[in-house]
Amino acid sequence: MSFSSTLAAHRFGYGLSPEIASPKSVNAMLRALRGRDRAATQFALPPVSDVHALTAEFRRLQKVRRKALRAGRDDGPEQAAFDAFKKTSRPEISLWTVQGVLRRVWSEDGLRERLVDFWTDHFAARGKNYDFRTNEAHYAETAIRPYVSGKFADLLEAAVLHPMMLHFLDQNASVGPDSLFARRRPKQSRGLNENLAREILELHTLGVGGAYEQKDVRQLAKLLTGVRAEHDIELRFEPRRAEPGAETVLGRSYGGTERAELEDVQAVLRDLAVHPDTAGHLARKMAVHFVADAPDAEMVASMKAAFVNTDGDLSAMTEAMLRHPAAWQAARRNFKQPMTFLCSALRGLAVPVARMNALQGAGLQRYVGAPLRAMGQPLGKPLGPDGFSEADGHWLSPQGLAARLQWSLSAPVDLARPLPDPRRFVLDVLGEDVPKEVLFAAKAAESRREGVALVLMSPAFQRM
Amino acid sequence: MSKRLTRRNFLTQGAAIGCSVAASPLLTPVSFAAAPTDNRLVVIVLRGGLDGLDLLRPRQEALLPVLRPSLSAGNKGEIPLEGGFGLHPECAPLYPLWQAGQLAFVNAVSTPYRDKRSHFDGQDLLEAGIASIEGDGVRDGWLNRAIGGMKGVDVRTAYAIGAEPMLLSRGDAEITSWSPDVDFILSQQGVSLMQNTLRGDPEMSAAMATAMGLASQSGGGALDSADLEEAMDMMMNPTGKSARRAHVRVAEFAADRLREDARIACFSLGGWDTHFRQSNTLRAPLRRLVDTLLTLHNRMGAAAWQRTTVVAVTEFGRTAAENGTKGTDHGTGGAMVLAGGALRKSGVLGQWPGMDEAALYERRDLMPTDDVRRWMGWALRSSFGLERSVLETEVFPGIDLGDDPRLLA
Repeated sequence: MSFSSTLAAHRFGYGLSPEIASPKSVNAMLRALRGRDRAATQFALPPVSDVHALTAEFRRLQKVRRKALRAGRDDGPEQAAFDAFKKTSRPEISLWTVQGVLRRVWSEDGLRERLVDFWTDHFAARGKNYDFRTNEAHYAETAIRPYVSGKFADLLEAAVLHPMMLHFLDQNASVGPDSLFARRRPKQSRGLNENLAREILELHTLGVGGAYEQKDVRQLAKLLTGVRAEHDIELRFEPRRAEPGAETVLGRSYGGTERAELEDVQAVLRDLAVHPDTAGHLARKMAVHFVADAPDAEMVASMKAAFVNTDGDLSAMTEAMLRHPAAWQAARRNFKQPMTFLCSALRGLAVPVARMNALQGAGLQRYVGAPLRAMGQPLGKPLGPDGFSEADGHWLSPQGLAARLQWSLSAPVDLARPLPDPRRFVLDVLGEDVPKEVLFAAKAAESRREGVALVLMSPAFQRM
Repeated sequence: MSKRLTRRNFLTQGAAIGCSVAASPLLTPVSFAAAPTDNRLVVIVLRGGLDGLDLLRPRQEALLPVLRPSLSAGNKGEIPLEGGFGLHPECAPLYPLWQAGQLAFVNAVSTPYRDKRSHFDGQDLLEAGIASIEGDGVRDGWLNRAIGGMKGVDVRTAYAIGAEPMLLSRGDAEITSWSPDVDFILSQQGVSLMQNTLRGDPEMSAAMATAMGLASQSGGGALDSADLEEAMDMMMNPTGKSARRAHVRVAEFAADRLREDARIACFSLGGWDTHFRQSNTLRAPLRRLVDTLLTLHNRMGAAAWQRTTVVAVTEFGRTAAENGTKGTDHGTGGAMVLAGGALRKSGVLGQWPGMDEAALYERRDLMPTDDVRRWMGWALRSSFGLERSVLETEVFPGIDLGDDPRLLA
């Protein structure tokens, strides 16, 4: 049970690549993680201001079109302009998804990409309208990615106070029942929405088994009133919407000054971020995600201790995992999630950057979007705020495997040119520990296509 | 995979539907079992927390307009049933079933789940059919245990639409998952090579064997490249009209199987988590429920429908009062829906607790006056003759079935 370069690629990255060297040591992995984010530069997203310009133009055209519709013109130039805009902006938006795939396929720092995916899923949020759907890539880019090796408190604040999360969990509409805003509009009877408060406690910090009760949910919901944001405006705090008075969460009082402040919300988030239940919840979840569904208890304890001792430093917790012998147990039990499976296959096939970039909307849908949906993990679309399942059994369904097989039989032929010889490919993706049955299948397959598919469908490739 | 679920597995297994998100109708699992009886049972899990107080509006309650000013405003299209309860206008197409004695509701029921009001825990408990998920945890779903307790069950037909297993039907009795829409091609040699590579991995092996078996059944042997193209197109085009009507396809698929030899079916419908502007957001999920019930009724044929009981249950009800965003938050006591030609008569059942502040649970939610498992237990006993002792110890351990509510004719 010691470090292995191949195991590091399988378990803490997106697998082996015939063109990129695997990590040489735990120190090298940590150095890369704590160093510059090269992949984000190499496969860059446009600045957020571009996204906002796009959505602003969309809304403008939409408004014009609605006006025309009301005037009884349903097939006029307004409609045409709106349709044309949607059509021309789509390839640009799908290019952002391609950049994300390329980072996973071509990064030399696979651990960083896996951590970004892990924490993006932990803070699962998705757009419920065009504006926010268009912002999804940038949510991960600005609220998650910069923080994956920093303090959890910073990540927590960036994620839960991001406009995407406030939109997704209805926080924008929540108003203190006794706030100035509500009192001025008695007929509208505006008030609280508990959604964000509940998920912060249940999912993002303490965990459902954590030390909180319904009254804490309620109090936190009250404390959160006043926090809101629109898609293209920075987070803002509106004291007029805030519930007056102090709130008590987990026995501690927040706020209560004459004028409610965003600092009160930040204070409770900072306390929740370093709570021992949060440490336990996150350590276990991370160990389950990276190592095994039933992780070594000592490893989890050491990760939790690292988190607690550093006031929630995520790179310390990651380091504690990587330095624990249990992280390097040879038996690979975790079953890859669909996105990990698909990207590690593309990585093993060394699908060229230009080939991926050439996939416009329909191609991306055909080779990535639709197959992921069939495998049960629609791209960037977790069903709920709890993200995708960590349980291997969840993904090991007949239907899910059928979809993986179908992709393995059809996509590599089109994407990897030329399709590699299965006898070479099996060594490219499985390295030195290739099981003899898989080696045999790669040699005995009746076509390259089937040979590659059999390698991709082998337990040695599917498990990490 | 170990049959015994840890609490951790349990949480992640059941965690399909989140707060404030309409569930994807594409990911709706459905399972079937055949049995030597003519009676049929359909269990629908309404994920997200159905607001029973909006489904059946208690117009007899003086406090209703006070607690729910926007939700109780206007009753256009609402159908007065009995005891003062008005059925949500979106459910009007179900009125013929009510008149025919084939639609009933039970008010103020819940699982034993209390206080934390998490969807994920609530749904796990509802599907597991046990009193608590603390301690040992559980390993399977109540419907699966019920099938295990039935004599002469032949589980020939077992499918699930969607990529995700459903806890309700999970356990020792064999029920597998399949969607009739996905197919693939691999040569005979490829199949045997794969069997060899998967041999050392029993879980993958079993899942793939099921996939292959079912695929060759529905595909009728070897596929050529034209079939592959067609299958790919089907898989690659999940948007459009057919996806939006996925719930109808699930119901049609269920009706067809139940008309033949399947006797038990279960699936889920999502979208009930109406935190925001409920007068709008509850309409779509109600319409899906209506479509589902009517599709089962219309497609199953009179003879099969006469022997059918449909039970729709949810993980919890919602707050008695509307929240500050004209929606409702997670609550406790809720409503269950019963339908089918096998019902003895229509009615609004259950013991109504009232909505005065003192009558509410934690002065917040409708007080549960009965355990939803008791009603599901009687539906099982009346449909399939399961022994009372089996129901009280194995299917719903620790429950007291009490008096027979005489649900079926």
